[in-house]
Amino acid sequence: MEALLEGFRLVMATDVLIAIFASAIYGLVVGSLPGLSATMATALLVPVTFWLSPIAAIATIITASAMAIFSGDIPGALLRIPGTPASAAYTDEAYALTRKGQAELALGAGLWFSAIGGIVGTISLMLLAPALAEIALSFSTYEYFWLALLGLMCATLVARSSPIKAIASMLLGLLIACIGMENPAGTPRFTFGIPDLLGGIEPIPALVGVFAVSEVMRAMAEAEPPKLPRRKFGSILANQWALTKKYQWPMWRGNFVGIIIGVLPGAGADMAAWVSYAMSKKFSKEPEKFGTGHPEGLVEAGSSNNASLASGWVPSLLFGIPGDTITAIAIGVLYMKGLNPGPTLFTERASSMYALYIIFIMANIIMIPLGILMIRAASTVLRAPRSAVMPVILLLCAVGAFATGNNLFAVLLVALFGVLGFVMEKNGYPVAALVLGIVMGSMLEQSFVTSLIKSDGDVLPFFERPVSSFLAALTFSALLWPLFAWAWMRLSRRRASA
Amino acid sequence: MVITSRRLILGATPALIAAPALAQPRWPVRPVQLLCPWAAGGGTDAVVRIIASLLEKELGQPFNVINRTGGSGVVGHAAIAQAAPDGYTLGMITAEICMLHWQGLTELTFRNYTPLGLMNNDPPGIQVNVSAPYQNVQQLADAIRASRPGQLKASGTGQGGIWHLALAGWLMAMRLPANHVRWVPSNGAAPAMQDLAAGGLDFTTNSVVEARAMLDANRARSLAVMSGERLGAFPNIPTLKEAMNIDYATGAWRGIAGPLNIPAEARNAMNAALGRVFRSAEYVAFMNNRGFGMSYADAEGFGRHLAAADASLGDAMKAAGLARS
Repeated sequence: MEALLEGFRLVMATDVLIAIFASAIYGLVVGSLPGLSATMATALLVPVTFWLSPIAAIATIITASAMAIFSGDIPGALLRIPGTPASAAYTDEAYALTRKGQAELALGAGLWFSAIGGIVGTISLMLLAPALAEIALSFSTYEYFWLALLGLMCATLVARSSPIKAIASMLLGLLIACIGMENPAGTPRFTFGIPDLLGGIEPIPALVGVFAVSEVMRAMAEAEPPKLPRRKFGSILANQWALTKKYQWPMWRGNFVGIIIGVLPGAGADMAAWVSYAMSKKFSKEPEKFGTGHPEGLVEAGSSNNASLASGWVPSLLFGIPGDTITAIAIGVLYMKGLNPGPTLFTERASSMYALYIIFIMANIIMIPLGILMIRAASTVLRAPRSAVMPVILLLCAVGAFATGNNLFAVLLVALFGVLGFVMEKNGYPVAALVLGIVMGSMLEQSFVTSLIKSDGDVLPFFERPVSSFLAALTFSALLWPLFAWAWMRLSRRRASA
Repeated sequence: MVITSRRLILGATPALIAAPALAQPRWPVRPVQLLCPWAAGGGTDAVVRIIASLLEKELGQPFNVINRTGGSGVVGHAAIAQAAPDGYTLGMITAEICMLHWQGLTELTFRNYTPLGLMNNDPPGIQVNVSAPYQNVQQLADAIRASRPGQLKASGTGQGGIWHLALAGWLMAMRLPANHVRWVPSNGAAPAMQDLAAGGLDFTTNSVVEARAMLDANRARSLAVMSGERLGAFPNIPTLKEAMNIDYATGAWRGIAGPLNIPAEARNAMNAALGRVFRSAEYVAFMNNRGFGMSYADAEGFGRHLAAADASLGDAMKAAGLARS
């Protein structure tokens, strides 16, 4: 109890409150600008945290990342350009709602369910951290292999085009993930002697290219879509309570999936959003409405990615193992500030831990008023002429790509992916599946090859361990389900005719 | 605040500081860029930033850290070597500069740099799962000797990475083939430690700093450190020399360097300033707090260190079949 009060005292310090407020606005702005991602927002904060007190430093990271993951939904809904990879799974859905004249519903859902997801994730972090950490620690490469495979299968589930084209896009993504020497063999592949390709293709420039740059190209090539009727932007939160009640189950499922995926190191908010959106479509009573501007998937995936963000801190805080790129940066800051990750953080520095929890909750609460302001400000984009918006986006993409590594190569990469994305979209190949392939490719290969090395080439261990056999069964049933369904239909039809 | 105190020192002790400053042209007269070949938030970034802030105090000009990432460190290392040799673009070079050229991944070697000071060295440890039967490194070594080639599995980083070479070097020091223990490549130390805890590996050879949280959580046990002496932050872990009388030491080191042919005044000023930074209370406190290994060599010493590291890492890579030439 004393530790809790001490935690409150730590957070209520003036410098911490200023840090939370400033980084909230910073996170909202950076996350909402196409081309600048949540990871980048966090990385750019590191030099700043050097000069802050420990609690204020961690507060900036927590607040900025939570805000950026939410505000990545904003350009997704308004321009069909996801701000962060975590929004990519449901960008088309949110944009379709905007085209139906329900932008406030799409953006409000993003905001409201992000905040709920963040708070539920924080509560799980508080109550279940040791138990969740056990789950994370029982995952060896065998389990990660099945997980990556399951994640990839979402590509066909969320795609609205033909499954064949979705799989083709995904395979192209897997091929791109092979570039570089960050593979199990440690030998350079497809680098053509270019040193810049040694490190491989990061998902961020690929994402910015295929979504943002190709959208700009499309805007130049195609006629402007009919202007949305001029009207006052309605209340943002008005309908959210009704959605919460109507889609209570998807919401809880999204939170649950987000927490579990977040806890597993290496599988972050991006994967949580993909899996949740796919699950939402699979279990929905009206899956045919998905992709036409239907809020159900937004509810589930929107809560999922923010829930995973909070629970991703569990392995980071207990074992110093990062859940995703954002927590990887956060661990560096924690060490730098003497808040060394490990169980001693929970016992000896309990007040600092409580302070972190309080910051998480606060960040998700102030997300609602600040988010409303941000949405209102951003909605002017809908009224701005396209010829004014698109050049700004292109500039932001170039600046963002350069800022990630002070390296011109990333800018070139973004441009190339822009062209690729444009050509793919024109021919009906979903670019989201390509990004999923790039995101999951290295995890799939790494876990598969290292598992085989460990088992001396034997495939049996993939099915022997309890969790891995469960995941294998899940994968195979999802894979073979259409076949069973088809056989069942044939059988019952024959019986009916007989 | 920093500048004022510097002016105070200059004013108060003109005999000590102004005299050598008059004897040679002043450097630096404008801000200096420090390139970091690895991303913000990582270990190298943390070390270079604390050094930058202390150099600013020492030399009275801002030292700006710029993260030049990409290409497994090649891009940033190349940018340091190819910078204008005016002394205003320097950077941090890491152990990879003595590894990448052996694999034929770059033409760059340590000979492309003016070494200025070795600032840190993180030696590898040997960690096992806490439920493993090995209580000390001798028991593990006996088990390795008794095992079939490739039966035991170890990890810590990717194929051909620094911790892989640490394992190869240790095995060779035990007069075993460099690949007697099979290397399971991983995306760095964190996933390797996680797999060790999940029961997928026999041991890991990443640095003790990287294993720290798992050691604190009592999920892993550290048997030894491959270093000449025990680490300040981990005084209970014996060295290989103490535990099994093997004289083998390596590590992931970091040092400040510039391009070739930088002005002598810049080299001398940096050489002296880095020595003072290394001895400063702030640097010692920061490094011990994060668990980084303290290791220092001045410009000449760093040059000798680079040559020795290049030769020994090359030997390990050839023995493990990782070298191109």
